[in-house]
Amino acid sequence: MSKFWESRLGVWSGFAAAAAVLFGLAPLLLSGFRLGLFAQFICYAIVAVGIGLAWGRGGMLTLGQGVFFGMGAYLMAMHLKMADAEFRGGPGAVPDFMELAGVRELPAYWVPFASPVFTIAAIVLLPTGLAVLLGLAVFKRRVKGAYFAILSQALAGAFAIFLIGQQSLGGFNGLSYFRYFFGFTLNDPVNQRMLYFITAAALLVVVAASLQLRRSRYGELLVAVRDAEERVRFLGYDAAGVKVVAYAVAALFASIAGALFVPVVGIISPASIGIVPSIMFLLGVAIGGRGTLIGPVVGALAVAFAQTALSEQFPSAWTYAQGLLFVCVIALLPGGIASIPAVAGRIRVKHRPEAVEATT
Amino acid sequence: MDILVGQLFTGLSTGSILLLAALGLSLTFGQMGVVNMAHGEFIMAGCYTAYVTQQVVGGAGVSLLIALPIGFAVGGAMGLILEVLLIRRLYHRPLDTLLVTFGVGLILQQVARDVFGAPAVNVTVPQFLRGGVEILGTTVPKTRLFIMALAVVAVAALALVLRFTPAGRRIRAVVGNRDLAETAGISSRAVDAGTFFIGSGLAGVAGVALTLIGSTSPTTGQSYLVDAFLVVVAGGLGRIKGAVVAAVALGALQSVFETYSTASLAKVGVFVVIVVFLQLRPQGLFTLRTRSLA
Amino acid sequence: MNAIALSCTDIRVDFDGFTAVDGVDLTLRRGEVHFLIGPNGAGKTTLVDAVTGLVKYTGSVVKDGRELRGKKVHHIARAGVGRTFQTAAVFENLTVAQNLDIAAGAARSPWTLLRRRTSLPAAVADTMERIGLAERAGAAAGTLAHGQKQWLEIGMLLVGDADVLLLDEPIAGMGQAERETTGRLLHDIAAERAVAVVEHDMDFMRANASRVTVLHGGAVLAAGSVDEVSADPKVQEVYLGAAEREEAVDAAAA
Repeated sequence: MSKFWESRLGVWSGFAAAAAVLFGLAPLLLSGFRLGLFAQFICYAIVAVGIGLAWGRGGMLTLGQGVFFGMGAYLMAMHLKMADAEFRGGPGAVPDFMELAGVRELPAYWVPFASPVFTIAAIVLLPTGLAVLLGLAVFKRRVKGAYFAILSQALAGAFAIFLIGQQSLGGFNGLSYFRYFFGFTLNDPVNQRMLYFITAAALLVVVAASLQLRRSRYGELLVAVRDAEERVRFLGYDAAGVKVVAYAVAALFASIAGALFVPVVGIISPASIGIVPSIMFLLGVAIGGRGTLIGPVVGALAVAFAQTALSEQFPSAWTYAQGLLFVCVIALLPGGIASIPAVAGRIRVKHRPEAVEATT
Repeated sequence: MDILVGQLFTGLSTGSILLLAALGLSLTFGQMGVVNMAHGEFIMAGCYTAYVTQQVVGGAGVSLLIALPIGFAVGGAMGLILEVLLIRRLYHRPLDTLLVTFGVGLILQQVARDVFGAPAVNVTVPQFLRGGVEILGTTVPKTRLFIMALAVVAVAALALVLRFTPAGRRIRAVVGNRDLAETAGISSRAVDAGTFFIGSGLAGVAGVALTLIGSTSPTTGQSYLVDAFLVVVAGGLGRIKGAVVAAVALGALQSVFETYSTASLAKVGVFVVIVVFLQLRPQGLFTLRTRSLA
Repeated sequence: MNAIALSCTDIRVDFDGFTAVDGVDLTLRRGEVHFLIGPNGAGKTTLVDAVTGLVKYTGSVVKDGRELRGKKVHHIARAGVGRTFQTAAVFENLTVAQNLDIAAGAARSPWTLLRRRTSLPAAVADTMERIGLAERAGAAAGTLAHGQKQWLEIGMLLVGDADVLLLDEPIAGMGQAERETTGRLLHDIAAERAVAVVEHDMDFMRANASRVTVLHGGAVLAAGSVDEVSADPKVQEVYLGAAEREEAVDAAAA
C-alpha cells in the first residue's frame, strides 16, 4: 500500500487525483464565496508544507512563520495598493489609506512597488534572504532546539509590534480594500475563480517541490541532521547549511502563501501574523503528521475548516478545542493522524501476538 | 544627568519586571530543559489572584500582602499539576513540551476569559504605594520601587533556598548532572516536581506584583512571556546570575532604544542585539563548560 | 610504510581551570592500530574531541602539512580525520545504505544533493560487504544490533575516505565473537590508514595494538609497543592498579 505511493506511478496518480479535486471537483461543488474560503485555507496549507519540511523533516521548531507569511502578504499588499492608487490618481498617487491619514507624499520605500516585477522578485527574495541571514546567524553558532524556537517566536512578536508602529503600512489596521490584481478587478467572480486556480496550482507546485526535496539525497541528509546533527558535522558536512536551506525554503513557501492570501482574503494586518497566529500554523501540521508530505496539507485544511465552522458560533469552545488539540495530538499522537494506521497496528499486535511478523 | 538617572531607573524597573517574570522560567527551563509556554498564564493567574483577593478582602494594602503568598501557592499548584499530568510524560521531547504547554496556556486563557471576562480588570494600588519618591533629582513611582525590591527579595530567597536547604541542594545536583544525581539516590521526579512548584510559584508572585503597574486581562501573561524567554536565553540556561544580569541589561537596552526611537523599533532592536549577542556567546552569558556533546 | 598521518604536539585542553589534557604529543602512522589507554578521566576522549575540533585547545595538530587547530569540525572531517563516539551514533531513522551514502557524500555538489539517489555508489556497496551488513542494506539503522551499529559507524568513516580514524571505545558492549570481528576489521582498515582506538579493554588492546600510548591525568605516561608499555613500571603502578592486576596476571598466564 505505502509502497505504491512511493512509486513513480503512485506519485503521478496522487498528483492527478489532487489536481482533479482542486481543479475539477472543488470549483464545481463550491459557490464563489466558499471557493474563496477554500483558497484561503489553501494558503494556510502552503505554509504548512514548509513547516512540515523545516520542523517535521529538519527538526527546526519554527514558531515564527508568520514573519515570512506577513512579509509576502505586505509586499503584495503594497503593490496592490500602489496599483489602485495609480488607477485612481495616475502615477505617483498616494494610496487611499495614506490620503485619509493626511499623507501627501509617497514614502520612498513604497515607490518601487508600483512595479509588478519588482514586487514578485521581492516576495521571492526578501523573506528567503532574511531566513538565510537569520539561519546562518543562528545555526552556525549551533543555537538550536528550544533556543531556536524561542528566537523565532521573538522574531514574530517583534515583527508584529514593528508593523503596528508603522503608520505608512497601515499600523494596527493593516492594509485592505484591494481593487485590482495585476490589472484584473478583484470583485469579478471570474477573476476570483482564476485567483483560486492560481492558489491551488501554487499548492501543487509547493507540494511537488517539497516531495523532490524529501526524496533527494538532501532530504536524507536533512533527516540525518535532525536526528544527529553533531554526527553529520563529523562526516564533513556543514550541518548549519543543510538546516538553512530547509528553513529558507519554508520561508519562501510562507511568503508565497502570504502573497496569495492578500488578494484572496482582501486584508492583511499585524493580528494575523504575530506570535499566536504563527504558532497556530503548526497546529494543522501536528494534527496531520509533521513528518509526512500530505499530512500538513490535510491537517491545515481541516483546522482552517473547523475554525471557520466553529469559531464564530462557539468562540469559547473553539479556543478550548484548539488548546486540547495541541495537548492531545502532540502528547498522545506525535505522528499526527498519518501515524494512526501504524499506531493501530501496534495496538492490534499487542492483542494478537501471532501477528508480529506482519507489521515489520 | 537627570535624564541618565531617569533612564537608569526606567531600565532597572523594566529589568526587575522582566526578572520577576523570568526567574521561575529560568529555573524550570534550566533544570529540565522544558520550555513552559504556560508560564505566562501562571503570571496571569497571579494577577487574577491579586484581583480576587482584593475583591474578597477589600483593603488594598492588606490584600496585596495576602495575595503575594496566595499567588505563590496558586501559581505553584498549577505548575505542579502541569508537571505531574503532562510534562514528566514528555520528558525526552522538549520541543513537543513547548507546544503542549502552549495548548495548556490557550486553555487557561480561555478559562480566564470565561470566568473574568475579556475586558481588563484593575487592582487598586494601596495608599502607601501611591505617588513617587525623589531619587537623585528624578521622581520614581513607589510601585516601581516595590517591584524592584520584590525582585531583589525573590532572587535572594531563591538563591538562599538553592544554596542552603536540602531541597535546594538536590535541585542543584539534578541541574548539574541528572543521571549522577539519580544514582546518588536523589529522586529526580520529586525534584522536578518541586522545581516546577517553586518556578511556577514565582510566576504567581510576579503576577501579583504586576497588577500594581498595569491592568489584568486574559492575555496579560502572554505579553510578558516572550521577553522573559529572551532573558533566559541571553542569561544562559539555569543560571540565576545570568537571568539577573540579562534582565537588567535587556531592561536598560529597551528603555534606551525607546528613548531614541519608538517602542515598536525598540522590540526589533532588542531582538537584533540578542541575535548578535548569541554570535559571541551561543550558550548565553553564564554557562558551565563541560565536555558533554549536547 | 610508517608514513606519519597525523602529528599532535603539546595538546592542552582547559575546562574552566581544570586541565583535562596537559601537553600531550601523539603521532599516528598509516598501517598502525594505535591504542590510547588510561584510567577514567585520563583525557583520552577529550584528546579525540580536541583533534576533531569539538573542544578548544592549544598546541598543534598537523595532517599532511596542514595545521588543523582552529578549523571547524566539518573542515577537519573533510581533511580526512574521522571519528566514532562511545555511544554508537548512526542515523537511526535512515537505512544502512542511506547512512553510508550520506557518509560517502560530503564532497557532493548541491546539484547532486538535490537529486534522487538512483543507484548505490560502488564504494557504499563495497563497504557494506566489508563491515558485513550487505544483507541489511535496506534496514533502518535503528533496528541493528548494538555491535552492528558500531560496525556501521566504522563503515561510515571508511566510505568517507577518512585516512585517520579515531575510534572511541568501539567494542564497548560487544560479545566475544563481535570483538574478534571488530579486531579483524581494525587491521583490515588500518592497512592503508592510521587508526587510533580509545579503549579500556586490556585483552582487546593486547590482541590488536601496533602501538600504545598510556595517558594518565591528562599527560602521556608511557608510549611504545605493547610489550614495552606493559613492562613499564610506572604503567603497572598507575594503570594496572589493584583491579586490573589480576587480569594482567591471568593474561600473562594464558
